[in-house]
Amino acid sequence: MSSTSTASSEILGVTDVDKALKRIAHEIVERNSDLSDVVIVGMQTGGTWIASRLHNNIAQISPAISVPLGAVDISMYRDDFSLRPLVLSAPTDIPVDLTGRTVVLVDDVLFTGRTVRAALEALNDHGRPRAVQLAVMVDRGHRELPIRPDYVGKNIPTHFSDEVSVGPDGVTVVTASGESS
Amino acid sequence: MKHLLSTRDLTTDDIVSILAMADHMAEINSRAVPKVPALRGRTVASVFFEDSTRTRLSFETAATRLSAEVMTFTASSSSVNKGESLRDTIETLSAMGVDAFVVRHKSSGAPHQITKWTDAAVINAGDGWHQHPTQALLDAYTITRNFNELNSMQGRTVAIVGDIKHSRVARSDIDVFTRLGAKVVLVAPAAFLPTSLDGWGVTTADSLDDVIGLVDVVYMLRIQRERMDAAQMPSLREYSTLFALTPERAARMQSHALLLHPGPINRGVEMIVDPSLVPGSRILQQVTNGISVRMAVLFSLLGGDATTTLQNGAET
Repeated sequence: MSSTSTASSEILGVTDVDKALKRIAHEIVERNSDLSDVVIVGMQTGGTWIASRLHNNIAQISPAISVPLGAVDISMYRDDFSLRPLVLSAPTDIPVDLTGRTVVLVDDVLFTGRTVRAALEALNDHGRPRAVQLAVMVDRGHRELPIRPDYVGKNIPTHFSDEVSVGPDGVTVVTASGESS
Repeated sequence: MKHLLSTRDLTTDDIVSILAMADHMAEINSRAVPKVPALRGRTVASVFFEDSTRTRLSFETAATRLSAEVMTFTASSSSVNKGESLRDTIETLSAMGVDAFVVRHKSSGAPHQITKWTDAAVINAGDGWHQHPTQALLDAYTITRNFNELNSMQGRTVAIVGDIKHSRVARSDIDVFTRLGAKVVLVAPAAFLPTSLDGWGVTTADSLDDVIGLVDVVYMLRIQRERMDAAQMPSLREYSTLFALTPERAARMQSHALLLHPGPINRGVEMIVDPSLVPGSRILQQVTNGISVRMAVLFSLLGGDATTTLQNGAET
């Protein structure tokens, strides 16, 4: 076993991602009987393409109702500036007042929960949602805050030091050598 | 980047990244509650040894909207009047716990001097004739955004009109505008031009009439009446004849051209026309943009690892 290499394994392929997004869209429609209250909000930048795909899928399931699509940038709300390089993504774009709405917050990977905490604070500056639901493509565990997802593409047990990469083409876990995932 | 003392401290990429960050801040400023917790726990001291209401309030508003604590120091109501030195003042405030000083001083180089007496970040809010970097950034932001550009003033011509020689705004603007690709033409009597323009990358014109119909931006500087003598102008009227923005001249501006002014406006001196009647006027928009741009500067300097921020740029 080499001590310098890393092991990379594909967990989901392109069709798996596609199926997961269709299933989550159905779950969102099923769970929210009044879809006209729902707003889909992707977290910049990893969650925005997923939010956009969910938005399209929901439009196919319920063509009569137009669900607003937004994006939230959480870089001004982080509690760990000093721990990581600060890179601004695209600005926040919330097209409607969130007061009284049900927000489906969308991200690629749920890990410690800190970005979700920051996103909840950011959403509150755009009104007071009636409820916030969380949709993620991957839940990789290691939560540091009391936060749980409502919709999950795939639960993947990981080591803390693993790196999970999520894209339209699939989900890959990169593990440092010498460790098994 | 630890301090912002001069536009020359910024690479062109830094400038573009601050302008992009200002777009984020503008979105925050458009909200019903324009405030984010980004700089919670940080303290910004505005230390003004020279009168300025708008710049001080702009910085203090910017800091407040990022949730920083604000300390205000004005020389006229302080122990400077009891003979306290600049160094003692800075060291005393530093001892109270300051993360950034926003400094205005009549002496060129004072902000640079202050960096030697404190570990805090220092932002130059205008020093003598030298520099006023955030003014240039907000001017570049206003111009690029009005022309739907993100990071370039390529192909645009800016006329800067007035007392160039004594203007820190002109020095800062010329540096930023030319580096973003604009052509700059200075419009002023010879006595209001620096002795040498070598290396400035600008051209000059000796009458506003020669350029008013050709440029994309008309940037009027404030004329200080007491400097009229130095300009060897017999009277304000003489100056106004050639260099003031009159209603007739404003009417000759191109339809897309912008009118900017750093304020405060001297009505009847450099501005004979009522700016609210000039369709291209963006003078109040400059004030609004100033808050977004200063938020971006404060966030760049105090929000985490600033060096990484600027190197990585704003877009990913």
